[in-house]
Amino acid sequence: MPIRLSFPCRLADGARSRAAPISTFLTPLLQSGTLELLSPTPPGWGGNLLRGLANSVQIAIGAFGLGLAIGTAGAYAKLYGGPILRDLAEIYTTVVRAVPELVLILLLYYAGTDLVNRALEAMGYARIDINGLVAGIVVLGFVQGAYATEVLRGAILAVPQGQIEAARAYGMSPGKMLRRITLPAMLPYAIPGLANLWLIATKDTALLAVVGFNELTLVTRQAAGATKAYFTFFVAAGMLYLLLTLFSNTIIGRIERWARRGLPSVTEGAA
Amino acid sequence: MTISLADPAKPQRRPRGWLQPHRIGLMAVGLALVLSAAIFMRWDWLPNYYGLIAAGLWRTIWILVLTCAIGFMFAVPLGLAQAAGPIWLAWPAKAFCTVIRGTPLLLQLWLLYFGLGSLFPQFPWIRQSELWPYLRQAWPYGVLALTLSFAAYEGEVMRGAFAGVPRGQIEAARAFGMRRWKIFRRIWLPQAVSRALPTLAGETVLQLKATPLVATITVVDIYAVASRVRQDTYIVYEPLLLLALVYLCITGIIVFLFRRLEARIPTRLG
Amino acid sequence: MLKGLKIAAAALLLGVAGMATAQADTLKVGIAAEPYPPFASPDASGKWDGWEVRIANALCGEAKLECEITPISWDGIIPALTTKKIDMIVASMSITAERQKTIAFSDKYYNTPTGIIGPKSETFDATPEGLKGKILGVQVSTVHEVYAKKHFGDSASEIKIYQTQDEANADLAAGRIDAVQADAIALNDFLATDQGKECCDMKGDVAEDLEVLGPGVGVGLRKEDSELKDKINAAIKGIRASGKYDEISKEYFDFDIFGG
Repeated sequence: MPIRLSFPCRLADGARSRAAPISTFLTPLLQSGTLELLSPTPPGWGGNLLRGLANSVQIAIGAFGLGLAIGTAGAYAKLYGGPILRDLAEIYTTVVRAVPELVLILLLYYAGTDLVNRALEAMGYARIDINGLVAGIVVLGFVQGAYATEVLRGAILAVPQGQIEAARAYGMSPGKMLRRITLPAMLPYAIPGLANLWLIATKDTALLAVVGFNELTLVTRQAAGATKAYFTFFVAAGMLYLLLTLFSNTIIGRIERWARRGLPSVTEGAA
Repeated sequence: MTISLADPAKPQRRPRGWLQPHRIGLMAVGLALVLSAAIFMRWDWLPNYYGLIAAGLWRTIWILVLTCAIGFMFAVPLGLAQAAGPIWLAWPAKAFCTVIRGTPLLLQLWLLYFGLGSLFPQFPWIRQSELWPYLRQAWPYGVLALTLSFAAYEGEVMRGAFAGVPRGQIEAARAFGMRRWKIFRRIWLPQAVSRALPTLAGETVLQLKATPLVATITVVDIYAVASRVRQDTYIVYEPLLLLALVYLCITGIIVFLFRRLEARIPTRLG
Repeated sequence: MLKGLKIAAAALLLGVAGMATAQADTLKVGIAAEPYPPFASPDASGKWDGWEVRIANALCGEAKLECEITPISWDGIIPALTTKKIDMIVASMSITAERQKTIAFSDKYYNTPTGIIGPKSETFDATPEGLKGKILGVQVSTVHEVYAKKHFGDSASEIKIYQTQDEANADLAAGRIDAVQADAIALNDFLATDQGKECCDMKGDVAEDLEVLGPGVGVGLRKEDSELKDKINAAIKGIRASGKYDEISKEYFDFDIFGG
């Protein structure tokens, strides 16, 4: 029975020529095999991994942005909303932070798109086809929103009351006050929490692998499954995630320094 | 429904009375939703799965408790090494925490299970070893990955907690003539732990939320049972809703237990 | 606050509307998002290929439908069909009475025996006695899972359920389980790989059980799409008659995969 999976056979030839069972494993790990497997052009799967990474980053950015929008709304609801709004926001943050992301993703992924389409059909519109990217962003953004609500609420509360009173005394409208006083003043307090959320967002994209979305982790597993080089690919993907984290950390450090300009420095200590 | 997991600050702006008119309204709406879910959705599958659900729930809780306990034991040296250790201890500890916290748990889990698994055929002696009956099963890998993850996250917390204990305390202990081990046991560790306790509840809830990942490596926890129901019956939403409810309840219990624990430990930090 | 919500909602809708394209005439063909050679597997450039992918494209071409191959996680593939995320399933899904309660099937487009593989070092048959005390791996929501539970549930020490076939094979090679039951062609493909050659061999086909294993593999469709079902059935007959089916099959198999 002819097999059409070209690559594993190639790997096998290379491995067999070096004989000995142990080296069949060590070859792909240590020698040219690894580079070949990971090279960015088609015989290697590197290009695929990078595309997966690009997808992951795209989702993380979208989810983080959406989370910020929901978080801002949620924080305002909790701080300045009426009693019902406040309780609803509380229920939202409590439930989302208590239920595993994996469960929420499955629920929202299947139920969410279904409900949107049913609502659209009920209103007489044509159903839309929500692609995986949008679904992923919305699902993770909804989860991020709950955490962002708490971070932003804490940050807004940390803004000295006098500053807001002063702004009010100047007769600023609420919108202007938000733009000119509250937002800039709360930023230094919010950034550590938001930075943490961003790192969580990048890692949570991996959970979309479970619903079959083509992000880095799923692509890695497909590559590993097709070539049987599980170890190589999982380590490689781990490195990519780690690079993303370290890169984010440097950027975050810069942003934090910028946002804290003019403020007394805080010593690092117990959180 | 006010479970504050890690609120940095709690605004006490709301009126005293818990039972306000709008709350009664909200509860009525909630009750109506639950009732309509109970009546209109399909729950006839439930009796067939009681045994599996109980076993899955037990496994989830057992994994949670085990990984948190062992993870915390690792977190203390990790935090201490980073806060006060010599560079050859501090650096590896920091590297470990960075790597674990910088990569998705799902990936670590798959690396341990499938990555290590793919190495076994090359080393026949593994199969003859005493450990093989355990290495064969899936749960040791799940427990290992979750433990490492908890140790890394909590190690970071413990680093801050150790560093946050006022120097004066330790100097005073030294002045009393306590030896290093005694200072650590009597002064430093208890103060650091009570500092870390508020975040510990949040970390434990995060750990609970990480447990369903073990279902992807064939460990049958409560999440895997819900997946089984979905796949057996093609009922999509009901098992997931029940699952969400189960996790909500466990979270509630965790938060409650930690509140009790915190109340028992006297907090008089300078 | 309400303003903020409105803005968020508007942004959300805009995002959805902007990125989601309402392609009413393109049919989404769901395949399982996992390597399942030789039927469907991604190549190094991320493109899906294999016997079944080609058959799916041939069917669409024959029926003059515009199709798009959409990888989707196997365990959610039926909900994805019923909630209209995809429009048909071409993922080696066997026609069974149990599934027909939820979805409809076209006529079969292939039928293969079910086999059991195990480590080379051991000899046993694909019978309840042969599997006594062994751990048998099967893929979730497949006919093999149902079959294994029904026929080997009492004799095997454990029936381990995997999300993908690939994971079951990997665990067999790792020695974590003693046997894997699956489609004989998919198993033979695994046995031909470097990993499979080293560890395992075919122990035999399982006894026929038409009620569980079904008459073969068909295209999964929503029950209400009877028009599409007629088109697909006609297309299956069409590519069988035109020789297209044999042309594709010859590249992959040296026997008649359509079955009797």
